[in-house]
Amino acid sequence: MGDQPLLVMDRIVKSFPGVRALDQVSLTVRRGEVHVLLGENGAGKSTLMKILTGAYPRDSGSILLNGNPVEIESPQQALALGISMVYQESHLARHLNIAENVFLGREPRYGSLPGLIDRAALWEHTREHLAELNLSLSPRTAVRSLSAAQCQMVEIAKALSAEARIIILDEPTAALAEKEIDRLFGIIRALKQRGVTFIYISHRLEEIAAVGDRITVLRDGRTIGTVPSATDPRELIRMMAGREIGELFPRDFSAPGEELLRVERLRREGVLRDISFSARAGEIIGLAGLVGSGRTELARAVFGADRRDSGDIYIRGESVEIDTPEQAIRAGIGYLSEDRKLLSLALGLSIRANVTLAGLKKYCRGPFIHQGKEYQAVESYIKELSIRARHPDQKVRTLSGGNQQKVVVARWLATEARVLFFDEPTVGVDVGAKAEIFSLMNALVRRGGAIIFISSYLPELLAICDRLLVLSRGKIVRELSREEATQEEILYYSALGN
Amino acid sequence: MAEESEKAVPGTLGELARKLASLLSLLILGGVLSILSPYFLTLDNLFAIGLQMSVIAIIAIGQMLIIISAGIDLSVGSILALSGIVCTIFLADGVPLGLALTGGVAAGTLCGLVNGFLVSKGRIPPFIATLGMMGMARGVALILSGGAGVQLSSLPESFIFLGAGRLFRVVPVPVVITAVLAALGAGLLKYTRLGRYTYAIGSNQEAARLSGVNVQRCLIYIYTICGALSGLAGVILSSRLRSGQPTAGTGWELDVIAACVIGGASLSGGEGTIAGALIGALIMGVLRNGCNLLDVSAFWQQVAIGAIIVIAVFIDQYRHSKGAA
Repeated sequence: MGDQPLLVMDRIVKSFPGVRALDQVSLTVRRGEVHVLLGENGAGKSTLMKILTGAYPRDSGSILLNGNPVEIESPQQALALGISMVYQESHLARHLNIAENVFLGREPRYGSLPGLIDRAALWEHTREHLAELNLSLSPRTAVRSLSAAQCQMVEIAKALSAEARIIILDEPTAALAEKEIDRLFGIIRALKQRGVTFIYISHRLEEIAAVGDRITVLRDGRTIGTVPSATDPRELIRMMAGREIGELFPRDFSAPGEELLRVERLRREGVLRDISFSARAGEIIGLAGLVGSGRTELARAVFGADRRDSGDIYIRGESVEIDTPEQAIRAGIGYLSEDRKLLSLALGLSIRANVTLAGLKKYCRGPFIHQGKEYQAVESYIKELSIRARHPDQKVRTLSGGNQQKVVVARWLATEARVLFFDEPTVGVDVGAKAEIFSLMNALVRRGGAIIFISSYLPELLAICDRLLVLSRGKIVRELSREEATQEEILYYSALGN
Repeated sequence: MAEESEKAVPGTLGELARKLASLLSLLILGGVLSILSPYFLTLDNLFAIGLQMSVIAIIAIGQMLIIISAGIDLSVGSILALSGIVCTIFLADGVPLGLALTGGVAAGTLCGLVNGFLVSKGRIPPFIATLGMMGMARGVALILSGGAGVQLSSLPESFIFLGAGRLFRVVPVPVVITAVLAALGAGLLKYTRLGRYTYAIGSNQEAARLSGVNVQRCLIYIYTICGALSGLAGVILSSRLRSGQPTAGTGWELDVIAACVIGGASLSGGEGTIAGALIGALIMGVLRNGCNLLDVSAFWQQVAIGAIIVIAVFIDQYRHSKGAA
């Protein structure tokens, strides 16, 4: 009985239309351990945890808690079973204070009257939980005044107050500074002593050895194996990577032409540190690095979407002033943002309005839009990118993810920008559309453009980039040529810094 | 990652029915009233409705632009009063007609410009910024007029023509002005960059910014346009009333917003047409007119118009939720 595992997820299967996200994944977690879940983006870590916390139903497989099969059909049920998740981005109500957040939905009641909260008990219980975490904050502190690290602690306090036996931490250190990480690890160890079990999702290898007990590696929705945390990082990387997608995305490599973009000593306090690089005609440059390493921030700073503290930008050797996206577009730079629904598309508007949004001036005489020219251009993009749509005036909302992404790509083609940042263009896109987007990128650089390509999916980067810049904590830590670059090298530098 | 299904594509016929929904309700309303009252469908009565609604409709054109950009302008009623006061004070002081009219419209334009700056550069939510302007413009109108109406002893004929004249002795001049402005507004939305950007800002402001749209400048333009139209409406109203009234247009901002919403605008932005604003204004006008013809009390009119607003938006929400499913 003593060594019966606390949690067993056995042969879990989960499919989404067109994708088998989890294929017979198994996970065994012992009582009181920190169990690391390791894998690349898209390996199935989040899906597995969403099934454990009741956010997704599973197609088949079983979950055993203390040896008893359980059904988890809603987040409430998961909570009742003692399973809590601390998400990457805070899920706290920012305008309430710490105590109100910790007990949100489970407030101690005052007497037997419905709806009345026993505020004294609320403060008292919260203070106890904060003390457990060595946190010297008043329970009355407003959550919006807390740092990211403190928010995370509040989330952990919330899990403790719900008497969680298993706490899932999703990339808990992504937003933390060095000192805060040490502190988090201290707390994890202390809670472990008291019998709390952790499932720890991360791909920072140096942390895993410091805090983890055992590691389960997932790849492409399958369990690769469970190993002790002392395992050599190189071996872990081999387990995570492994796959060759090689010839799916053919790319013609040719000698690069003139320099199109040069960035010098770009700096943004706390985000980007002294970034310099250049891009030449005909090149696809990959930006590799972990989530939070500054890849997107770099693209946005060059594009004028975020302010920068210092740094110069040159287009074809000439210094240009870029403080707004408008100026960047005028200078011939485009940025296909990472979140197409939130940052790229006007979902309620037509394909036509979305395609010509950034390059509308091309179809205008003075302030007037030349509708005939506009329709003609949009129709030709629909054909060129094989966007599946009935009419240019169809609403973008009604298109599939892949076709929506092609609309965004068409928008940047229409600006005739020669330097394009592609930020995770293949997320949520099916394989067919993915291949089309890659062949388009190929065509773009052949016509003399340069692409800076951000992706968390290493096989993609390796298949189509001329060279790679590896970022870690806001700094370019390594440049790898196409010949030197391997998944192992990239993971090594992104995870370990330098 | 799950792909969205593609079956939610609206059929062209469905799209058309949607666009015509408010027009259809207007026609049905008109049909019913013409049966109930023989006077309803006379030219005289129709022009009377047009005249009554023209001031609201002119403002609704500007309000529609702002609502499409996901904003709102609560100050239009106050701006209308201020412009009327400025214009009539100028006339009372013997300022030439052209200058007095320009002064009235300019006062409205200035208020709109200030709204635009507060909303864009000042990053004040439109509701708050224009709520402030609503108080300020009304206050200035009361200060300038000393709290009483500005009565004009002798009015230039051409000034009266603006609000009470008839083109070819038939069509009321304000109706003609409304039609011309509506056509210009519709053209602006459909055929200019500013119009396109207005939809884009209302649909997804950050996406518009990241596509190089100068969001702040666009917002300043459309709030200024709305202010100018409110000012013009104020001048026309004072011509019709033959005086400037500092309390004119109290509560009209809500009528104007109601017209836009009945006409298919969404307060969350990105949707709406000038035709919709006109139809919305007409539905309200026809309803009021019908109630008067049928001797329904003014109290019940308020109930009816309130109900229409709720029903129009309910139908819209229902359609949206079905479309998204």
